[in-house]
Amino acid sequence: MGIIVGSIIALGAMGLTLIFGVLGIADFAHGDKMGWGMFLAFFIVSSEGANLGFVGGRFGSLSFGWGLVVGLLVAMIGVALISVILERLVFRRLRVTGGGFFVFAIASLGMSIMLRAVIQLIWGPSNFRYNPGIHPAIEILGGIKVKPDQFFIVGITVLAAVLLYWLLYRTRFGKAMRATSDNPALAEASGIDTDRIRTGTWIIAGVLGALAGVMLGLQAEVRFDAGFRLLLPLFAAVILGGIGNPWGALIGGLGVGIAQEVSTEWINTGLKPGIPFVIVIVVLLLRPRGLFGQVR
Amino acid sequence: MEQLIVTLVTFDGAVNWTVGFLTTVAIFAILALALNIQWSVGILNFGVAAFFMVGAYVSAVLTLPPPEGLESYVAGWGIPIPVGWLFAMVAGAVLAILLGIPTLRLRDDFLAIATIGVAAILRSIANSVEGLVNRSRGLNGVDGFLEDQVQGGGYRWVELAIALVVLMAVYWLVSRASSSPWGRALRAIRDNEDTAKASGKNTVRFRMGAFILGAMLMGLAGAIYAHRSGTISPLTFSDLLGTFFVWTMLIVGGSGNHRGAVVGAVVVGFFWFGTPLIQESLPDWLGSRVFQVRQLLIGLLIVVFLLWRPQGLLAERDRVSRFVSQGPEDRPGDDSGSIWRRVRGAVSR
Repeated sequence: MGIIVGSIIALGAMGLTLIFGVLGIADFAHGDKMGWGMFLAFFIVSSEGANLGFVGGRFGSLSFGWGLVVGLLVAMIGVALISVILERLVFRRLRVTGGGFFVFAIASLGMSIMLRAVIQLIWGPSNFRYNPGIHPAIEILGGIKVKPDQFFIVGITVLAAVLLYWLLYRTRFGKAMRATSDNPALAEASGIDTDRIRTGTWIIAGVLGALAGVMLGLQAEVRFDAGFRLLLPLFAAVILGGIGNPWGALIGGLGVGIAQEVSTEWINTGLKPGIPFVIVIVVLLLRPRGLFGQVR
Repeated sequence: MEQLIVTLVTFDGAVNWTVGFLTTVAIFAILALALNIQWSVGILNFGVAAFFMVGAYVSAVLTLPPPEGLESYVAGWGIPIPVGWLFAMVAGAVLAILLGIPTLRLRDDFLAIATIGVAAILRSIANSVEGLVNRSRGLNGVDGFLEDQVQGGGYRWVELAIALVVLMAVYWLVSRASSSPWGRALRAIRDNEDTAKASGKNTVRFRMGAFILGAMLMGLAGAIYAHRSGTISPLTFSDLLGTFFVWTMLIVGGSGNHRGAVVGAVVVGFFWFGTPLIQESLPDWLGSRVFQVRQLLIGLLIVVFLLWRPQGLLAERDRVSRFVSQGPEDRPGDDSGSIWRRVRGAVSR
């Protein structure tokens, strides 16, 4: 269970940490971008989507069919588009008129409120599910019960991490991204089109965020503030893994997810949301640069 | 909030609404001033709701009267209300110290991240602890300050007076603090931390001081709110109203300027609490969605002001000490000294 939640947190945190590392922005709207991914996919799989010709059906024992695959694509494109539009409309201007970390953070907070409000405007405050009904769990080794969907969630996370690794370390673009992350001024001076890098980073983070949002919708309910509620666990994963380090975020996300679920053995379930916060505080006290962070 | 539903058709209704509105806005203005003190040293507190909530709960728990009849409540100490206020401030300070110790000596961004979830966690604690805070049922029957002294329906005027008096006291306090050597050191730290350090200022201690002062005032605002509304529950202290709303007030009014914070509270507050009044006269497609549209606009206001009027309605004054002569930077229309320009210099990496 912890691994499932951890995978979702990790997916979101990898995008968040990239934005943090490459652009120097703590994107407080990331959770709500995940929310958008969740709802865009919901739009496709729901009856409105079915009217447009995306019929349901199922893959084997999974709870979804082609509809969700299309939904996933739409969500990734949509969230990447939202991210790029916000970068062009807001962050780029703020960079020119003079904004530092503080201005970016407050602006992203404003965007977070707006994105969440628009979700509520369109879909209202109710909870939804991608596929209503009971989805039986199957038993695997040691009597642990797992739903087939949950294998899918973990699989997507592994796939996304591998692709991200390939992108960052095996392509020219990734090299330029890492250079921009290390030293933006030097990267620009050596002829890297930092504007393109920024846009690319937003797209990658948006795609990862959309994946995380859809997986969250698959695992739990589709709800307007589900993404926002995940913001603290996301940041906890980013800090635990070291800011700007996607692998750290992956490990950090799994760590936060597992810690959250395991904690219910000892503490009241209602206090579970406090675990990421405790992790943040402990990491900041003992090892502020995170498990895999570099000293800046 | 029931005042809001009262329509303005009668004169009495209009007066009642205005009195209630001003009381609420005064409480939010205290929050905005408190946030401004923290912001004036470059502290990004995204958890205003947490301090607000702690103040409200502490004061309410301490002052609730012993249970009567069929009621049951574990505490009910019935401590005098001013003492409750005092402890609300202490509680805010304690929360600030707990949060500040791990974060304030580190990068600027950590406090913002640490605070974003505190309110949610406090809400989940309040929701899962039986006894003292009654889970999601919250606390009812919190007495108003001096309520037993007032006959009839005039108490709302007393509430307004209490809120305004406290607001004026807080305004006086933060203005004095900002123009004092201590306050100027805060600005120096925000503008250029290295220079401030080089001048021998212990920046961590100054930051902690401002964080605690702001947190105490937020706790006080919470206490006043609790005694004014009489009922508090975890739902009352949402991130939207408790935190983001206050940030919008500060950004719109003019961050760094105390008068701006109050003006922002009135303007944004009027927009927020005034919207339900016109709801019925709006076309149906808009009227049914007015609350979501209002939330959208709160976020939009932040972004729009950051983009086109970063200094807010009232810009920060460059000269805060009356002992410093008018410098060339103070020329009207020159915003080279505006906080946003300097923040860029201070935090660009």
